[in-house]
Amino acid sequence: MARPGYSATYVLDFEQPIIEIEKQIDHLADGAQADRFANEIRALEETRSSLLSKTYASLSPWQTVRVARHPHRPQTSDYIQLMCRDFCELHGDRRFGDDPAIITGFARIGSMKVMLIGHQKGKTVAEKVACHFGCAHPEGYRKALLKMKLAEKFGLPIVTLVDTPGAYPGVGSEQRGQAQAIAENLFEMSRLRTPVVSVVIGEGGSGGALGIAVGDRVGMLEHAWYSVISPEGCAAILWKEANETTNNRAAEALALTARRNLENGLIDDVIPEPPGGAHRDPRGAADRVQAWILDRIRELQRINPETLVRQRYEKFRAMGALSRKIG
Amino acid sequence: MNASSQTSGPSAAESAPPPVATAADLSAEANASASVETETKKGVPEGLWIKCPGCAEMEFKKRVEQNLMVCPRCQHHMRVSAARRIEQLLDPGSFDRFNADMAPADPLGFIDTKPYLDRIRDTQKKTGENDAMQTGYGFVKGRRVVLACMDFTFFGGSMGSVVGEKITQAIERAMEKNLPLIIVSCSGGARMQESGYSLMQMAKTSAALARFHEAGGLYISVLADPTTGGVTASFAMLGDVIFAEPKALIGFAGPRVIAQTIRQELPDGFQTSEFLLESGFVDRIVHRKDLRSEISRVIDYANK
Ligand SMILES: [Zn+2]
Repeated sequence: MARPGYSATYVLDFEQPIIEIEKQIDHLADGAQADRFANEIRALEETRSSLLSKTYASLSPWQTVRVARHPHRPQTSDYIQLMCRDFCELHGDRRFGDDPAIITGFARIGSMKVMLIGHQKGKTVAEKVACHFGCAHPEGYRKALLKMKLAEKFGLPIVTLVDTPGAYPGVGSEQRGQAQAIAENLFEMSRLRTPVVSVVIGEGGSGGALGIAVGDRVGMLEHAWYSVISPEGCAAILWKEANETTNNRAAEALALTARRNLENGLIDDVIPEPPGGAHRDPRGAADRVQAWILDRIRELQRINPETLVRQRYEKFRAMGALSRKIG
Repeated sequence: MNASSQTSGPSAAESAPPPVATAADLSAEANASASVETETKKGVPEGLWIKCPGCAEMEFKKRVEQNLMVCPRCQHHMRVSAARRIEQLLDPGSFDRFNADMAPADPLGFIDTKPYLDRIRDTQKKTGENDAMQTGYGFVKGRRVVLACMDFTFFGGSMGSVVGEKITQAIERAMEKNLPLIIVSCSGGARMQESGYSLMQMAKTSAALARFHEAGGLYISVLADPTTGGVTASFAMLGDVIFAEPKALIGFAGPRVIAQTIRQELPDGFQTSEFLLESGFVDRIVHRKDLRSEISRVIDYANK
């Protein structure tokens, strides 16, 4: 059996021991005498797989952020390829332009017709630049809303894939009303009379993420992050400097992991990733995301629109933590 | 930040983080001022004399106060606390406050260089307030309203669970009693120390406003210096009518974050009220002395 071999081109430091084992395996398997080393290879494979599981089961919050940003982590365009059929992309916000940082269009997932909306970071250098690395402009949020309303009109469920460091901070984005665009999305999404399911597939950076994530059900992939600010942004403000130490502390303090967000009632589900993260097995990740989406939509489609909107409202209405006067 | 802090390995350069990855949080700038305690006092100095941040002239404090904390020389609108704002906006003695005792919890056990709860207690002691927002009923030139005022002196007016909940309850009361709703925003954005909880207040308040809108309620949003981050990107930009005080800083991302991202100087007057008026995002720029009459006028036009 031909094995693909491990040829990691991008290595996170905490993955180094795994990569070393992979190199040894590659070395043994590559030679003419690979058969002679079958037992050794098998043993190394086992070590690798247990080390991988162990490492990924106990990622620190800051390590999680770095996995969420892994350049090989599947993006919206990958999920479209892996879980959608007959994707019919729809462009433009009818007001200003077409922001490639948010992809929108009709899609079939399994037997279901949906409106798919997702942040796109870009795969090639040119695409990354065009997408501003997943940081959408107001026209991106307006495009998303326009297509959501289209979905509502024809009774299609809406699927949003969240993957952004944050909304783009620039002159044009301010001039064209970044804040207003996001605010309007929050306002309008809260009353869409069609099911909305959202998955944070990578980075859930603040308002730029929430701007397409007011969902009846919000799931997070196991190694995604979702928070009001990036750890570096938080560290730069509260510790006056973002470095490895303060980023670690900030990531911990922000409770940005899927598990913490679930515990805090801010999301509905954690979607497990394949061993070693979505970047090691995009297909496996897409299968899990797809299964979650279809389950949630089926569940939501049984609810009438009035109840759906009311329950969505009540879900977000309940979020917050208060006390009466302290001390 | 830099690539090495985030990645290692052969292709780090290829996948270097986006220039905006860290700047991406929009309330960063704003929160910066929120976290610097000396800055929260800016514009509200103590003593007999006041230095105008606009023209840098010293002015007799009494005189500025009588002028609604607007510099008599250059018309600079200084920041005012929620208490003073309420006094300025409402008919004398008409403020009937609710939820005054609502205070922050610390759901995440947030600790940076100091525990969040310690910071809260210190600020509470200093300001005599429980959080960055006062809400209540009152009258503006005889018209009954629900008024919510943000307080920049408390944690830079940042929005955590308390601010979000108070706004939402203010909206609900305005809806229940069919009263006009006025929110005066003055905030650095979402409060970092409550992380995801703060973020979700954006959705919560916006959703409550959607309900209020469907019920035909009138919401006048007043933007004061500064209004940035998650506050701008939620309830502040959702007014039926949006007023801004002159020369207020209003934006999504903070100017420093933007300058870092685009690596060039920002245009003159960028992110001021006047810039927003020109870009089409506020209805009117209103001098502080005219706020009461402008609010009353809109209430009358809306038949509320
Ligand atoms: Zn002056």
